[in-house]
Amino acid sequence: MDNQYTVQDKTSWPLWEVFIRSKQGLDHKHVGSLHAADAAMAIENARDVYTRRMEGVSIWVVESRHIHASNPDEAASLYDPANDKVYRHPTFYDLPDELKHM
Amino acid sequence: MSTFVQITVLMSSAIETGFQEKIDQDIRIEPRDWMPEAYRKTLIRQISQHAHSEIVGMLPEANWITRAPTLKRKATLIAKVQDEAGHGLYLYSSAETLGVSREEMIDQLHQGKAKYSSIFNYPTLTWADMGAIGWLVDGAAIMNQVPLCRASYGPYARAMVRICREESFHQRQGFEILLVLSKGNEAQRRMCQDAIDRWWWPSVMMFGPNDDASPHTAQSMRWKIKRFTNDELRQRFVDVCAGQVKLLGMHLPDPDLVWNEARQHYDFGPIDWNEFREVINGNGPCNKERLAARVKAHADGAWVREAALAHAQKNSIREKAA
Ligand SMILES: [Fe+2]
Ligand SMILES: [Fe+2]
Repeated sequence: MDNQYTVQDKTSWPLWEVFIRSKQGLDHKHVGSLHAADAAMAIENARDVYTRRMEGVSIWVVESRHIHASNPDEAASLYDPANDKVYRHPTFYDLPDELKHM
Repeated sequence: MSTFVQITVLMSSAIETGFQEKIDQDIRIEPRDWMPEAYRKTLIRQISQHAHSEIVGMLPEANWITRAPTLKRKATLIAKVQDEAGHGLYLYSSAETLGVSREEMIDQLHQGKAKYSSIFNYPTLTWADMGAIGWLVDGAAIMNQVPLCRASYGPYARAMVRICREESFHQRQGFEILLVLSKGNEAQRRMCQDAIDRWWWPSVMMFGPNDDASPHTAQSMRWKIKRFTNDELRQRFVDVCAGQVKLLGMHLPDPDLVWNEARQHYDFGPIDWNEFREVINGNGPCNKERLAARVKAHADGAWVREAALAHAQKNSIREKAA
């Protein structure tokens, strides 16, 4: 195929992560990402691509490079403390059946 | 083999076994999880090809936006084309989580190194083509995409869920266009049948080569980045369309199409794989035109991208100074 493609793009826009609150009372949830020159444009673009069908009432955008993540290899350690601290769960406590409203 | 190499080989095969076990248990793979290089590469190819198809796929339909017969049809068509742009974006974003950049993928498309669905290299000659594309092309895409909502790679599966939610209106508006034409005058009915005649076989080819000619299918199924084979999906598509076409009072252009009671499926005629190969390899009716339109749009937008970035940089310097 003949190569008509000559434009060299030196100017790529940074990547942003998009979070959307689907309705009042719920948390913002990660929905995906997009490229934009700045935060205002990221929000505008997020509205166009991620909320075309009433998917949200509020949008957060964060530049992807600002997100710090835990190491997936250590996922188990995130669960460990909960497993060996059973006293954090309500069923750990032995109470008489007559006890109501608790 | 040195001890070091032996240990490395043992360790990496243990990790690979663990990876496959996760997939077998339907545990999703997420961006920062370990994955075999081949899995990553195959996914990047599959997802970016799919993204390119959504983007190039806007062109044949955009051709009719200015000539849609009513305001309702025009608004619908604009909304559909806008959806396809969104689908491209969801998919490019999910490919980016695998470590490939957007520029790299777009470069590959523009240089003719990356493939996109062969269907978009056919011309849209009449208004009825908007109906046939919605019904058959989006229909085939849906058939392909619904099972991928359960793909093993998390960001890909989530993008597919979003896409599938949006696709069903695409297919329904297409069928409705044909339904209206099928109840019209003689010329409109002829136009309807003509569009079905031209789009049927290219749509059947959208599922790709026969199973015995697609050597990577087995591995992709093991990795759950493909959930059914090409021929399984194609059969399902033929079965569904053979029923639906009756509602239009039209027919599919295949003299061999016949219900097979024993198989509980429709038998259908041979596919012209020569045509498929020609179109895939760049010699379809519109390959050059489509790629040229993409390259031009990208080049024409370069000053906008540069200006927006310069504006953003200036603003952030001003904010810091304040
Ligand atoms: Fe789409
Ligand atoms: Fe679509």
